[in-house]
Amino acid sequence: MPGSIQSIERAAAVLRLLGSTGRPLGLNELAAALDLPRPTAHGIVRTLREVGFVEQDPASARYRLGSALRELGRGGWDWHDLRARAMNWADSLAGSTGLAVHLGVADGGAVRLVHHVFRPDGSPQRIRTGEEQPLHATALGKCLLAFAPIATPPARDLDLQPWTGRTCVTVAALEAQLALARRRGWATDTGEYESGVGGAAAPLRASGGIVVAALGVVGPVEDLYGLGGELRPWLAEQLVAAAREISAALVAGP
Amino acid sequence: MSERVVAAIDQGTTSTRCLLFNRAGRMLAVAQREHRQHYPRPGLVEHDAAEIWRNVTRVVPAALKSAGLTPDDIVALGIANQRETTVIWNRHTGAPLARAITWQDTRTDGIVARLVEDGHAPLIKEICGLSPATYFAGPRLRWLLDHVPGAREGAEAGDVLFGTMESWLIWRLTGRHVTDVTNASRTMLMDVRTLEWSDELLAILRVPRRMLPEIRPNAEVYGTCSTVLPGVPVAGALGDQQAALVGQVCFSPGEVKCTYGTGAFLLMNTGTRLAESTHGLIPTVGYLFDDKPVYALEGAIAVTGSLVQWFRDSLGMIGTAAQIETLASSVPDNGGCYIVPAFSGLYSPRWHPEARGVMVGLTSFINRGHLARAVLEATGWQTREVVDAMNADSGVPVTRLKVDGGMTANHLLMQFVADVLDVPVERPLGSEAVSLGAAYAAGLAVGYWPDLEVLRSNWHRAAAWEPAMDDELRRREHENWGRAVNRSYGWVQSPAEE
Repeated sequence: MPGSIQSIERAAAVLRLLGSTGRPLGLNELAAALDLPRPTAHGIVRTLREVGFVEQDPASARYRLGSALRELGRGGWDWHDLRARAMNWADSLAGSTGLAVHLGVADGGAVRLVHHVFRPDGSPQRIRTGEEQPLHATALGKCLLAFAPIATPPARDLDLQPWTGRTCVTVAALEAQLALARRRGWATDTGEYESGVGGAAAPLRASGGIVVAALGVVGPVEDLYGLGGELRPWLAEQLVAAAREISAALVAGP
Repeated sequence: MSERVVAAIDQGTTSTRCLLFNRAGRMLAVAQREHRQHYPRPGLVEHDAAEIWRNVTRVVPAALKSAGLTPDDIVALGIANQRETTVIWNRHTGAPLARAITWQDTRTDGIVARLVEDGHAPLIKEICGLSPATYFAGPRLRWLLDHVPGAREGAEAGDVLFGTMESWLIWRLTGRHVTDVTNASRTMLMDVRTLEWSDELLAILRVPRRMLPEIRPNAEVYGTCSTVLPGVPVAGALGDQQAALVGQVCFSPGEVKCTYGTGAFLLMNTGTRLAESTHGLIPTVGYLFDDKPVYALEGAIAVTGSLVQWFRDSLGMIGTAAQIETLASSVPDNGGCYIVPAFSGLYSPRWHPEARGVMVGLTSFINRGHLARAVLEATGWQTREVVDAMNADSGVPVTRLKVDGGMTANHLLMQFVADVLDVPVERPLGSEAVSLGAAYAAGLAVGYWPDLEVLRSNWHRAAAWEPAMDDELRRREHENWGRAVNRSYGWVQSPAEE
């Protein structure tokens, strides 16, 4: 059994110290209070700042606890915060692709839709926010299975119900699709949940690169996929770009 | 980039923003800068017009840069602005004589009370359509003329100019001193039928005519920018709520939009007819694009989004505004609790300045989730009261409500609004209706968009909430809300208590 790691102990001491005072602390105060050489204290506090656990006041250069630390105890991203952050980019994605946009999170072995933007073509549509969808049969679900393994059950534990003739019903086939999704950066649905309705979804990443939700476009299979069954490249580009923008907004903090 | 675009400046209460829109009405870029709020005393809220101008000179290039465009790519510039905020400046130096007095500022209550005491209210209402209130710009201008050293003499000598924010910005950009009919209609100085300054009202408020801008339509080339966007025509200006009416393409009589921000503002297009209000609404100019003005009825709700902010910042119940939906979703209903947010009295349609906020129906059963519900439901019921007043005043029942603004991210609230109105609520793609309206006006003026039909086809539904509340439940809850509001009345007994 190896001994404890000194730099982690020191980092914890810095956080405890910052949490114990009602005011931001300067580097000299930190170093003196912990009896550390100034360069060592600086290295620790700079690293903590980079991961978001410490913030530095730009005017005084003093340090205080960071917002990422407060989020730790909250049990993940609030769904409605996710929607609020994603809303403008989701609208913009619907506008540029002419497709409906869904935002989904993993919830109790399924996908929960937390946002829905209509396909902007004036056709009658019903708002689907709050709806539950299967993980294995939707692009949002497969995206979460592929990129958020901690938040979702393993493929072998899923009930692979055949929703349409195209649904993935074997663990091996599903695993192959998830591997492909990880390689490409997006997941697909070629009419596997609702016949004729296709989708594609990319992960939304918060601080630390952790995947907290999936952003998807939904529409007629033939609108999304060409004759070879491949997602149209310009759609993939728009989807990934929107997911990147929303991820940046999530990392930027409250 | 081959396609040229329209720029819009949204000069708002807390920030100044520049947005760029393409022919499809899609936003390509946005840049924003906040300005300082000055609170010299309770009830006084001022802005530094010079700071706001500096922010314009920064946000416009920033928006261009983020879209990779140059001023040559901009066909026209439109302006939407916080209404009723009043500034006076020296025409030779370009320097404001004092800080701008904002629309939330209530220092003119004495001036307004005197107008009423002196019996001027009926004439004022007859000419400009407005009942005297601290809300409007004219009394603020009178206050500045009375209190700022050199203001009255300067105005009479032609050295000092008056404007609301669009007027100030157009003057800085082009050197021309103009305002638009929608902003002018909120001064209490304009004849709402002739759309000209009223000599009678100028006399009542003792405002020298020389200092006033020329009143112009909402879509025409006011001048060409000599700075910021050199060579680009400034071709549209509207007060922010009228801009949202245009951005939401409410071009037919009976169409209504509601913008949910700090407060909420409903405007109903009443066509070429100026609708009198006997139910607590404000008749106003909607827009003037050709020769005939289109009028609107306006309902102003003071506290909607700001109640959520209060719940977050003052009570600490939630970490972010969006989290109120999470908290409210933790319970199935309000548990019998109602919050009436009469923080600064009640605005449309009740107009009870002496009312103050109440929270009623509290029992040991009530938890934070019920309070969160009551906060959201207060916005729903206040919307319902304004819509009821619109139905009564216009005789044209509202059949659907177009919504925009930050609170449309809250799906629980939007469903509740649909439920209590018993009509569908619809959100357009892109929630920037205010800026889009200013861009539309400017683009129409220079022929970028040929007509209103093309603008209509740019509107796309992004979400719709259908009413799903049981009629009996709606009736009962409406009655409970009414009883709660009655308990907020008469709290402030004399001005000394303020």
